[in-house]
Amino acid sequence: MTDLSQNASPTDGSQARLKRIRAGLGKRHAREKRFRLYGIVAIAAALTFVAILFAMILSKGLPAFQQATLTVPVTFSQELIDLEPRPVRESGQSAADFRAADLRWQRDVTLVNWNRVVEDAVRSLAPGSEISSRDLQSLIDSAERFKLRDAFVANPNLLGQTVDMQLLASANADNWLKGNINRDLPDSQQQLSAPARALADELYADGNIRMAFAWHIFTNTDSRSAPASAGLAGAFMGSLYMMMVVIVLAVPIGVASAIYLEEFAPKNRLTDIIEVNINNLAAVPSIVFGLLGAAVFINYFRLPLSAPIVGGLVLTLMTLPTIIIATRSSLRAVPPSLRQAALGLGASKTQTVFHHVLPVTYPGILTATIIGVAQALGETAPLLLIGMNAFVASVPGSPFDQSTALPVQIYLWQGNENRNFFEARTSAAIIVLLALMISLNAIAIFLRSRLERRR
Amino acid sequence: MTNIAKSENTDMNMSSGPFVDVANTPKQQRAPKARVTAQNVNVFYGQKQALFDVCVDVPDRSVIAFIGPSGCGKSTFLRCLNRMNDTIEGCRVEGDIKLDGQDVYDPKIDVVELRARVGMVFQKPNPFPKSIFENVAYGPKIHGLATNKTELEEIVVTSLRKASLFEEVKDRLHEPGTGLSGGQQQRLCIARAIAVSPEVILMDEPCSALDPIATAKIEELIDELRANYTIAIVTHSMQQAARVSQRTAFFHLGLLVEEGPTETIFTAPNDKRTQDYVTGRFG
Repeated sequence: MTDLSQNASPTDGSQARLKRIRAGLGKRHAREKRFRLYGIVAIAAALTFVAILFAMILSKGLPAFQQATLTVPVTFSQELIDLEPRPVRESGQSAADFRAADLRWQRDVTLVNWNRVVEDAVRSLAPGSEISSRDLQSLIDSAERFKLRDAFVANPNLLGQTVDMQLLASANADNWLKGNINRDLPDSQQQLSAPARALADELYADGNIRMAFAWHIFTNTDSRSAPASAGLAGAFMGSLYMMMVVIVLAVPIGVASAIYLEEFAPKNRLTDIIEVNINNLAAVPSIVFGLLGAAVFINYFRLPLSAPIVGGLVLTLMTLPTIIIATRSSLRAVPPSLRQAALGLGASKTQTVFHHVLPVTYPGILTATIIGVAQALGETAPLLLIGMNAFVASVPGSPFDQSTALPVQIYLWQGNENRNFFEARTSAAIIVLLALMISLNAIAIFLRSRLERRR
Repeated sequence: MTNIAKSENTDMNMSSGPFVDVANTPKQQRAPKARVTAQNVNVFYGQKQALFDVCVDVPDRSVIAFIGPSGCGKSTFLRCLNRMNDTIEGCRVEGDIKLDGQDVYDPKIDVVELRARVGMVFQKPNPFPKSIFENVAYGPKIHGLATNKTELEEIVVTSLRKASLFEEVKDRLHEPGTGLSGGQQQRLCIARAIAVSPEVILMDEPCSALDPIATAKIEELIDELRANYTIAIVTHSMQQAARVSQRTAFFHLGLLVEEGPTETIFTAPNDKRTQDYVTGRFG
């Protein structure tokens, strides 16, 4: 008898067998427990590192989104702004003449000593102070004078009036107020002079300087002369244009080649070689793609240097293998019964693929695309070789304009000599890049779950 | 001697050359008018030969069952009839297979047209991951059988009725076909196949994944379909072959051992191997 149940009286033979099984059981369970423990330890370690990384980036980067901003009454005094009123088009005046007159007026506006206007405005907050104009100006970001000019051009009626305006404090003042600089350092090692530091503290204590959300990070381009006003807009648009090029080129080409290779191509030596090469391409270091881009797109095809179109093309080449490989594997995962069902009904090969096989693989293709695009979005090395690490102080209007990209901007800021200020900026840029990637992934997950639910 | 085939007398064009020699079938016992004729069919998978000189006729408007132990080549043979073997890498088919006298392996034959004429139902129910309606409508749509929406709806309803599924699904035609039970899914696949109005329907073990009640329903359905369609069915169940088919072919190790009226095969087979198989001594 070989009854395994315990209730029935087992014979001696089966008793011995049970004993043996039980003796081994302890070991087996112990092994399982140990393996689970390893897994938990590994995951805990990984999570710890991720937490440390995020904590560091957030603690450094979040303060950069708040910047010291001075609220001052700005007087557009007649004395400093000694100008004719803005020309009005007279009857009989030709359009060209009016335009020339208007441009002349605008040039005159630019030639106004706006630094002085800024200086007077700040001085009005510290009456009686003996502070030098140089020290006063060192508190305000040097690009803020253009803000006054632009406000005046937009509304010439401001002449003679006094209005409250928000001016960005300079990077040095911002650092000082945030406590990023050791206050015990001697004067010789401080960026700001002693009177300037004292005035900054005073203004901060009075509430004239407040920490305000730095919207300009998203609207301004990079700046070297006025670091406090440096922003990401140019790099962001550059990255966006590159993503567009990658999505427009890599997705259709990649998916089409994957479908052809997997479903239609004859299996022979040639397709084997192609397959091996695609797999190898996925493993080529990205900087090599940068060299290829410099040699082919810029040197041979004479495409513009530092342009997102070239960056996009290089990243497309880099992303193609990822998309092809992932799409092929999701095509391979489609059960053959589905293909047979369609073929058995008399659907042609193409109908089978496009009506039945492909719709099932949409979620897989989507995931592949997002992984590829996210990888391309974070890529820096190849962009350095095609000149996208240039200092560009304008927002690109098209993929053919000069531009940088988000990861390259991070690299540039990290290497900036104004360390104290740009360390925070670097982390802020990293936060923006990560937020962009997380939202890309979130969109992918959302789309995938919707596609999967529809089936 | 049985008389299943007696109404079809011998002067009809029985075409189709000799029957299998081993079966040594007397003339009176031959099949009625053949729809599909296969002569000396050899199939190779790469180097391996899977079928040896198979000769079978599939008679019009009746059911022929292919039985035999696993790996005997019966499914392979079935898949030759609508060239589904084309999709298998390294598969090579030799010999003559004719549908209404037309060679199906003629390079001039369009496979798409052939498969519209010779439909197929597979072992595992494989509805498309789409709605019940779309499942049935797909075939008529790609072949352009319906000129407008009303016609298409009519085809779908008729096909579902013929597959005796309509009553069960009429309220949820637009829900996914994959949500049906296994037996319903298989009937949906049959409805999908007959929506194209094929002349011949091939069924590859259509009940092997189903419970006895669903099986009984499908068998009943096959019996009804016989009036309008020519059916070839591969089955592992000898009872099923006995219940649904008029003629039976027994395959063994790639050979067609014996083919004849079902009653003869099950009660008085000529070959020892057939005898052993149908009485359950091997296989």
